[in-house]
Amino acid sequence: MSKLPKPAELAKVTYRPPATDWMDTPVELKSGMFCHGSKPKSLETIGFPNPREWRPADADWKLPENWKEILIEGIADRLKKYRSFRLFMDICVRCGACADKCHFFIGTGDPKNMPVLRAELIRSVYRKEFTVAGKILGSMAGGRELTVDVLKEWWYYFYQCTECRRCSVFCPYGIDQAEITIIGRELLNLLGLNIEWIAGPAANCYMKGNHLGLEPHTIIGNLEYMLDDIETVTGKRIKPSFNRKGAEILFVTPSGDLFADPGTYTAMGYLMLFEELGLDYTWSTYASEGGNFGFFTTNELAKRLNSKLYAEAKRLGVKYIIGGECGHMWRVLHQYMDTWNGPTDNLEVPKSPITGTVFENAKSTKMVHIVEFTADLIKNNKLKLDPKRNDHLKVTWHDSCNTARGMGFFEEPRYVLRSVVNNFVEMPEDTIREKTFCCGSGSGLNASENMELRMKGGFPRANAVKFVHEHHGVNMLANICAIDRASLPPLMDYWVPGVKVTGLHELVANALVMKGEKERTTDLRGEPLPSASAKEEKA
Amino acid sequence: MKAIVSFVAVLVLTAIGYIGGSAGSASKYLFGVVVPYAAFAVFVLFMIIRILKWASSPVPFRIPTTTGQQKSLPWIKDSKIESPSTGLGVIGRMALEVLFFRSLFRNVKTQLHEGGMLAYGEAKWLWMAGLAFHYSFAIVLFRHLRFFIEKVPVPIQMVEGLDSFLQIGAPLLYITDVVLLAAVTYLFLRRVGIPQVKYISLPADYFPLFLILAIAATGVLMRYFTKTDIVGVKMLAMGLISFKPAVPDTIGAMFYTHLFLLSVLFVYFPFSKLVHMGGVFLSPTRNLANNSRMKRHLNPWNYPVHVHTYEEYENDFRAKMKEAGLPVEKE
Repeated sequence: MSKLPKPAELAKVTYRPPATDWMDTPVELKSGMFCHGSKPKSLETIGFPNPREWRPADADWKLPENWKEILIEGIADRLKKYRSFRLFMDICVRCGACADKCHFFIGTGDPKNMPVLRAELIRSVYRKEFTVAGKILGSMAGGRELTVDVLKEWWYYFYQCTECRRCSVFCPYGIDQAEITIIGRELLNLLGLNIEWIAGPAANCYMKGNHLGLEPHTIIGNLEYMLDDIETVTGKRIKPSFNRKGAEILFVTPSGDLFADPGTYTAMGYLMLFEELGLDYTWSTYASEGGNFGFFTTNELAKRLNSKLYAEAKRLGVKYIIGGECGHMWRVLHQYMDTWNGPTDNLEVPKSPITGTVFENAKSTKMVHIVEFTADLIKNNKLKLDPKRNDHLKVTWHDSCNTARGMGFFEEPRYVLRSVVNNFVEMPEDTIREKTFCCGSGSGLNASENMELRMKGGFPRANAVKFVHEHHGVNMLANICAIDRASLPPLMDYWVPGVKVTGLHELVANALVMKGEKERTTDLRGEPLPSASAKEEKA
Repeated sequence: MKAIVSFVAVLVLTAIGYIGGSAGSASKYLFGVVVPYAAFAVFVLFMIIRILKWASSPVPFRIPTTTGQQKSLPWIKDSKIESPSTGLGVIGRMALEVLFFRSLFRNVKTQLHEGGMLAYGEAKWLWMAGLAFHYSFAIVLFRHLRFFIEKVPVPIQMVEGLDSFLQIGAPLLYITDVVLLAAVTYLFLRRVGIPQVKYISLPADYFPLFLILAIAATGVLMRYFTKTDIVGVKMLAMGLISFKPAVPDTIGAMFYTHLFLLSVLFVYFPFSKLVHMGGVFLSPTRNLANNSRMKRHLNPWNYPVHVHTYEEYENDFRAKMKEAGLPVEKE
């Protein structure tokens, strides 16, 4: 692994394009900027083509002989299947409005990270192979021959896009680079050109039910540790159920929440909340992944992985599903799941057993976001909350790309956040809500060998946090995304030391006054509560 | 280089139009009747083909880019336009997009300051120039309808009146003529002036700018400077529209140049990026409601896939599951 440069060095970005035309500037795979190639075993598990040992840095990528034919056919096939793809190949006017909206462009200055140019990587081949002008006029019409170098360029840059959709907010035609990257990656997967950080978790998820490959007993074991910690903090022993038939609700969250902090604190938050409510719910070890790394490979694999949710809900006979805090998981659940694996006649329209609220907005998918569920509880005064317990925190809110631009999920989390903390500061307006910046590690790019890319891509996000850290003393970055919880801590340590990262339900659980709990002296992280202020308040 | 190639191409086309319009009556018939008819036919036919092609590809998933609050709990105010949950909201969103370039209006300029801090500044010039260009072009086209209708209708007269309300010169100066030329010039200058935009530009980005500039310039020349036989032009236009084409030989070469360049634009249109005019209406990130959890969206090519069933999973882990106290289907 290459050595990560110092922040001051990385913050010096030059935006001057090179002297040579982009079509004539060959791709250079820079170490620290890309991930390891997929391993044959992972591809075999999910039944993907061309499984073999290969290294992206090698000259020979061991492509099948007819690789070009496969790709051209792959493009033709997808032009027929996706109006988005066909349209986005034709209508871009290269106005450049998207250029400086991409976090990877802002962080690297590499012109091929401008969304428009990333799209042109495929568009140029499309023009050459599929348009009359491109066939006749070639490069004069913006056409380009598909060569191994072009293929490598695709691979390099489609794995330097986190499918965050920020560019599509600003595009006058709504051209969505995420859509083009998704299809670009599908094409690459026809040749076995994946990264192991995606292929591995996807294979795990297929066989074991979750990305991390946690086997059933390990899931229970991991939760036991959390239950011990909860008991230490609250004095209450919680006994959740697993794979229980007849439960009212199935709860599914990204497996990252079960694995490492600060995600585990969020999971403890879910456990405590559900316990306090006496909710009739169950975890599943089979459908133990809300996230979907299949979504970062092909539409088909995404559907295969997602199928477990409805299948398990049916097997267990639950009424509906609640989903935990996760970004791309919710893009998939909100915009794809019902289309892929619905309809769900065996499930019922979600209705909160506590408040009686019917979640009309989820009446077809039968899947409720836990933050919607909690916001409704708070609105109906069903939770006893003591936000003072979070008074040592000055919190800012990171809108995750997928819930922001793929769902429109802005007010629910803010409402919950304001109810459980007293100190909340927004980041500058061009960096939040629909204009939020990616953590730089989304869409399966949160590996370690590409740390330089991640720090560069996360630069705009970190920069906005730095602003509120310096001006308002913000020390906690809250979010509702498992990849954020995994990737923002190193990003903060690098760019804004002193700012920690938390999921929303960790803050909820800290503020939650549970029936019969002991006097709390620490928060879920075992850190002392702010000078016993909670105690004084009660007196 | 790419700009120069496009510029030369437009110069050559201009010359062809001028020479064609200067030659004998057969040539005038060619440039005044045959070429415009053919160009219009190509435009209509291939635009239809293009749109049918787009429409023939289905929209497998409902993927609006949400730029506002979703509709969820009743006490949370949803953004009916930016994140529409109804068809009416979608129409509103599309109207804002098509008529006012809503998304482009969001444009901000990202700047990296000394000390490594990013700043986001206003950047409305592209939006303004884009809007000015499209609207002035539309008004100019609309004004030209006077040539195709015997008695000029009131709406056209009103637009003409408004467009020339400054009352400058004779004939009266049309504001849209100036705005169109200025906007196209700006769009060209930013394309060569902003390094990133220059870097992404193709010949196909410069060509239509030069072409439209040439069309506007020849029109302006005719109206304000070289003059042309307006009565003759109207005769030609009326002949074309009523399919009884007649070519009066009183019309000057400048007019044929103008008409020829316009014909080129019509032919070029369906094969170029200019199709964005039709495409924007079909954009799935804009023209779909954000209601995918309320209403199931159908994918016409949805097909069954291989899944790893619970049964297979339990077979893999039965012993471990039992040991961990998990219920199993088969003992």
